[in-house]
Amino acid sequence: MKRRVALKSVETRHYKERAELFRHLRNLDRRTFVKVSMAAAAAVAAKGLAHPFSFMPIDVAYGATQGAQGFRIAYISDSHLYDRTLNDRFVRQLYRAVDDVNGLDPQPDFVLYGGDLAQLGQPTELDLGAQILKSIKAPVHMMVGEHDWYLDLGEKWRQLFGEPVYSFDHKGVHFVVLNSVIEADFWTARGMTPMQRMQTVAGLDNGIQSRFSVGDEQRAWLQKDLAKVPKSTPLIVFSHSPLYKYYRNWNFWTEDADQVQAILKPFNRVTVVHGHTHQLLTNRIGNIHFHGMLSTAWPWPYAPEGLPPLTVQMNRPDPFDPNDGTGDGEVDVHPDGLVDKIYNLWNRNPVEVSATYLTSGGKQDRPHPPNLASY
Amino acid sequence: MTRLTACAAITALAVALIVAALAGRHRAAAGENIEVKLCDNQTTTSVPADQPATRENGEKIAKALMDQWKRSNPDSKAWVEEERAKHTIVNPADNSPLIGRGQGAVYGQITTQDVATWREETLKLVVDGSSVFHSADRLGGTIAVSCDMCHPDAANTHPETYPKFQPQLGRVALLRDMINWCIEHPVRGQQLAPDDERMRALEAYITAQRKGTQLNYGKR
Repeated sequence: MKRRVALKSVETRHYKERAELFRHLRNLDRRTFVKVSMAAAAAVAAKGLAHPFSFMPIDVAYGATQGAQGFRIAYISDSHLYDRTLNDRFVRQLYRAVDDVNGLDPQPDFVLYGGDLAQLGQPTELDLGAQILKSIKAPVHMMVGEHDWYLDLGEKWRQLFGEPVYSFDHKGVHFVVLNSVIEADFWTARGMTPMQRMQTVAGLDNGIQSRFSVGDEQRAWLQKDLAKVPKSTPLIVFSHSPLYKYYRNWNFWTEDADQVQAILKPFNRVTVVHGHTHQLLTNRIGNIHFHGMLSTAWPWPYAPEGLPPLTVQMNRPDPFDPNDGTGDGEVDVHPDGLVDKIYNLWNRNPVEVSATYLTSGGKQDRPHPPNLASY
Repeated sequence: MTRLTACAAITALAVALIVAALAGRHRAAAGENIEVKLCDNQTTTSVPADQPATRENGEKIAKALMDQWKRSNPDSKAWVEEERAKHTIVNPADNSPLIGRGQGAVYGQITTQDVATWREETLKLVVDGSSVFHSADRLGGTIAVSCDMCHPDAANTHPETYPKFQPQLGRVALLRDMINWCIEHPVRGQQLAPDDERMRALEAYITAQRKGTQLNYGKR
């Protein structure tokens, strides 16, 4: 970072300006915050700056009124690593995200890894991923995805990262990490080998596999975990699949989403941050805000139906730019516990989906619409 | 020994051909056998030359041939069913309203069998395309990337927009040019010849998945 400052590159200036902005924002009430955000966005737009990097800020926003402190989380997700000798592209893209996160000043309180670290759940792929993630300076919280899971049903992943389902408290926010990629057994009856099972799940449009779910056991655990948390405590849930029903055929879907939502409903401020969909994705169901994460490997197209109306699509990725539509990002947690989600699309301007946009039902702070929407 | 060739993979059609062939055969001596060959040019069966040219006899011979062929080709249709179980494949147009109508002197009256054959053969090419689309190996990719990794169910391939000018290529691109671009770059394989079986199958699958979409060539 020091060296970058000395170079005074566009990136450095941008980072510094942005960090400055976020520092000031934390001391503002919501209304002023909105004004400043818009002014900043306008300034960036006016300069025509291409965004130099690619993680997404998620700003957790606790009520300024409660005197709590906001903080920032960064995330990296869906890297789909093969062995380096087989596919170097996905490896280099993960390195790019790690560089982005390590370049953040101030550093995020922690980094969430959103799942699908490996492409085919192989021990060598997970080892490679674990090794790369070790170079992240901030603490890392891991989440599991289906690509990590279905070769050995989590054995290697657990060995490297521990239990996939857990919760913790950070600066007044209760965080829950789920394994939402539980599929009913489709492999035993078909006599599949572990690799055949893995390859079936690895195909997004493969109809032989089952639908994702959180499952009875985990829902019971969630209920118990949340029983001790006051309803006024802001809740942030990380799940690999969206905890709602978007598009069944591609598992942009959690079969028992309604039941999970019912458990989260009594809490005043709930945010779900999920991976798997590889796209800018925004939804709100009741008091629950949902944000997708970008992939570092490749973007998924928007599904032919079921897109939540609050979603402002990301620009149609240019196939000639191998990093377009990919990236990483941040979550800015405000003192009231609500979050702003920043999508750092590599080689494009960042897109911020603010808490106000969601709480106003899309009336305020609408993110920039894409130049080219999907076909 | 007299030879007959029954050119049909479909039993009913084979029956008609065999019956016709039996009826038109040269009068053969009693005790002589006729060898009936399937259109694969390998599967054969022998039948007594003096047996009457009835539909029942024709069916028996066709069934014997097909059973024999199925035994030696156990996986023949399995790949179609397998691929269809894995991936959603849009069905071709329904031509059954044409059954019983003529198509002119060349073709004669269209039968149920005709419609079934058209459907099955067309679908087979599309299903093969789905298999290529979902397989880095069949695409000749070197980094284990296949088309479906960015285009599940062939989404965002928009075949209806070609031909169109691709500024990134500096020329007008056909769908196959973009397929080849993807094979060469994200998939890191070798371009396919335009008449390569895999290219034909890929074009078939991608086009099939957008059935019902209005053609709009040149659209960006």
